[in-house]
Amino acid sequence: MSTAVDAALTHPDESTQQPGDSGITMHRMKSFAGRDDHTGLETLEAHVQARNFSIFYGDNEAVRSLSMDIPRSRVTAIIGPSGCGKSTFLRAVNRMNDLIPRCHTNGELMFDEENVYDPMVDVVQLRQRIGMVFQKPNPFPKSIFDNVAYGPRLQGERNRGRLADIVERSLRGAVLWDEVKDRLHDNALGLSGGPQQRMCLARALAVNPEILLMDEPTSALDPRSTASIEALIGQLRGDYTIIIVTHNMQQAARVSDFTAFMYEGLLIEYGNTTKLFTNPANKQTEDYITGRFG
Amino acid sequence: MNLHTRKLLDRSFTAAGFFAIVMMACALILILYPIISRGLGAYIFRATCEHRRVQFEEFQAGSRQEIEREAAEIAAVRQPVFDMIAAHEKDLKAELQEAFDQVRALAAAEGGFLQRSLERRLKRAHADASLEECLAVLSDIRESLKGQYDHERFIGVIGVITERKQRVEQAAGKLSDMKHALRDLLGPLPGDRRPELLRSHYGQTRWDRSLHYLDKFLYRYDWDYTNAENTGVKTRTPRADEFRGTDLEPAFGYVRDNIEAMMQPRLTFYWRFLTTDSRDAHFFGGIWPEVLGTFYLTIGAMLFAIPMGVIAAIYLCEYARPTKTVSLLRSCMSTLAGVPSIVFGLFGLAFFLNTVGVSDSKSVLAGSLTLALMILPTVIRASEEAILAVPFTYKEAALGLGAGRWRTVLTVILPAALPGILTGIVISMGRAAGETAPIIFTAAVSVGLAISPLQALDSPTPALPWNIYNLCTEHEAVDEIRHVQFGMVFTLVALVLALNIIAIALRARISRKLRG
Repeated sequence: MSTAVDAALTHPDESTQQPGDSGITMHRMKSFAGRDDHTGLETLEAHVQARNFSIFYGDNEAVRSLSMDIPRSRVTAIIGPSGCGKSTFLRAVNRMNDLIPRCHTNGELMFDEENVYDPMVDVVQLRQRIGMVFQKPNPFPKSIFDNVAYGPRLQGERNRGRLADIVERSLRGAVLWDEVKDRLHDNALGLSGGPQQRMCLARALAVNPEILLMDEPTSALDPRSTASIEALIGQLRGDYTIIIVTHNMQQAARVSDFTAFMYEGLLIEYGNTTKLFTNPANKQTEDYITGRFG
Repeated sequence: MNLHTRKLLDRSFTAAGFFAIVMMACALILILYPIISRGLGAYIFRATCEHRRVQFEEFQAGSRQEIEREAAEIAAVRQPVFDMIAAHEKDLKAELQEAFDQVRALAAAEGGFLQRSLERRLKRAHADASLEECLAVLSDIRESLKGQYDHERFIGVIGVITERKQRVEQAAGKLSDMKHALRDLLGPLPGDRRPELLRSHYGQTRWDRSLHYLDKFLYRYDWDYTNAENTGVKTRTPRADEFRGTDLEPAFGYVRDNIEAMMQPRLTFYWRFLTTDSRDAHFFGGIWPEVLGTFYLTIGAMLFAIPMGVIAAIYLCEYARPTKTVSLLRSCMSTLAGVPSIVFGLFGLAFFLNTVGVSDSKSVLAGSLTLALMILPTVIRASEEAILAVPFTYKEAALGLGAGRWRTVLTVILPAALPGILTGIVISMGRAAGETAPIIFTAAVSVGLAISPLQALDSPTPALPWNIYNLCTEHEAVDEIRHVQFGMVFTLVALVLALNIIAIALRARISRKLRG
């Protein structure tokens, strides 16, 4: 574990004494029911563990010797300026980086005691266990039903009734069911941005993943849709391990239990969200969250 | 540049573009108009009674009573002409009578061997013998008299024979010409032997051709070469003038006035042109074997080219790493697209027929393979572009949900690329249907019957593009079958157009579904 996290963990009570100039509205941060603002990372079971994990694009080291434990059934946000390697790291978790030529890794990235980058790992199975929601809503040009049923069908589910059950459950899970239940067989591209993104979330949920990766899921959405996605994340919390990359610091503060701050490929600070935003241990973190750079 | 010049430039560009489009449309209409108007003439035309007879006797179409009733009507109208001819022939024979009388008298006077010989010959020129036969007998007699050692004795008789024969022979030549023209128009005359060729069994089947032959019947066309400084001059003289004062003179006026009644032209939609085969080198009948052959070749080419092309495109886009080999492969393909089609034809002959031996002789299979090879680069290029145009996010989403590469291609990329792939297929389908050179060596024959799909494996077939060329250049009577040539071109254009429309409609449907 990095020294930054250590620092954060050794001062669990300082968050309440933070002056109000951090740019974060405290009352909204506390609006999530059940979020334990004071829990430390060490009490929780790690779901994904990075151990001196580096990612290279050719000779360029995009993520440098990163070590962090991502707790099970919590929301973990990764923030940082553009190009800091946060998206690269996120996409390494379900090996989406494999699509990029000349991208390779070093070190270990453990998921349930198994190295994700072990050559014996079945990428297809891995991705079924680790779902992903992308920056822009990316529905297939198919009906809403076919979109959500895509994953289960890949896993060999052919039974029409069971598929319908899964689709309904997933859409309910994404709070979209009431909106679309009468037009399940319309093309998903006909939905507007927010519902499209929620449908993509439902599509990811349909395969019953253990982890949900979200790569700036609201950056292409208007504030209303953003709010609905954030509310949804709050609801999914506890059932799924969620890792969310975001540019929006308020969003990180609103939705996450833990926040990691990355800068130039390095993990600068990682710890309880409230603590990180109200009383950052690191000067760089403070500069970033107060808007002095980035 | 100030605002005014900029606006002027904009407008002039618009005008130039508009002008170009209008010119293209005009050119298209100029090309298509004769094809459509004359090509439709193969299907919709004024058909004469002869057409209906051909249809009944050769293609078993039409009712017997109808044909017989019509035949009776026509025979009644035509009969006076035949009667006039018979009367004229009788007149001519009568003119020969004096010569025969003198020969008979001579035979009686001479007696002995010469009498027997002459009477034997005279018997051949009995009352019912034809004019030609009578003339032949006279020639024969004259030669035999001339052959006698003391032929000076017969000089008087020989003189009479020669004089009569010359006079009548000239008239008989004109009559024969006239009968020939009449045969072209109406078909065999009463008393003719049954002709060898099917085309001579019937008169003109089309009203436009009938009028053409009516003109040739009414007028005699000659080339006048008397003025040595000029090339020949075509002269046109009414045949009626040649028969002035004879029984035959009114025949021309009669035929001209009664041609409609003789031919009974009726506007007909001859849809069988598409669905029947042809008789006697396309003189009669339709173009079904050619249409079917084109269809087989096109479908066959598609059967090979689509899977190969799409799979190759998928490989190039999704699987191949961007190495030098792959880029070399790509430029080879582009080069292949520019190879002249005749080279593909020769390759098909050399490779598929002579080396691999897919069939013993030319076959639809070999032709399809050759065509497939020819259109493969187009299919690959179009499919590649369509696949590359599929948003990367689709692929990402599918992979993110745990789809393998192949499943991603099959379930997401191909469906999304389908409209683009279809466009490429349509373009190449039109090309395959219309290409002549590759099939000359591998699949096409000039004359043939429609074949079954199973026969396509080892039999050649007639096909529209090749037969259009063949009928326009190598047919013995190119002018007689213009309507068939245009009909074939029109059918080919319509066929390709129909394929295109189907594909465009399909494409639009899929695009609409994809767009939502």
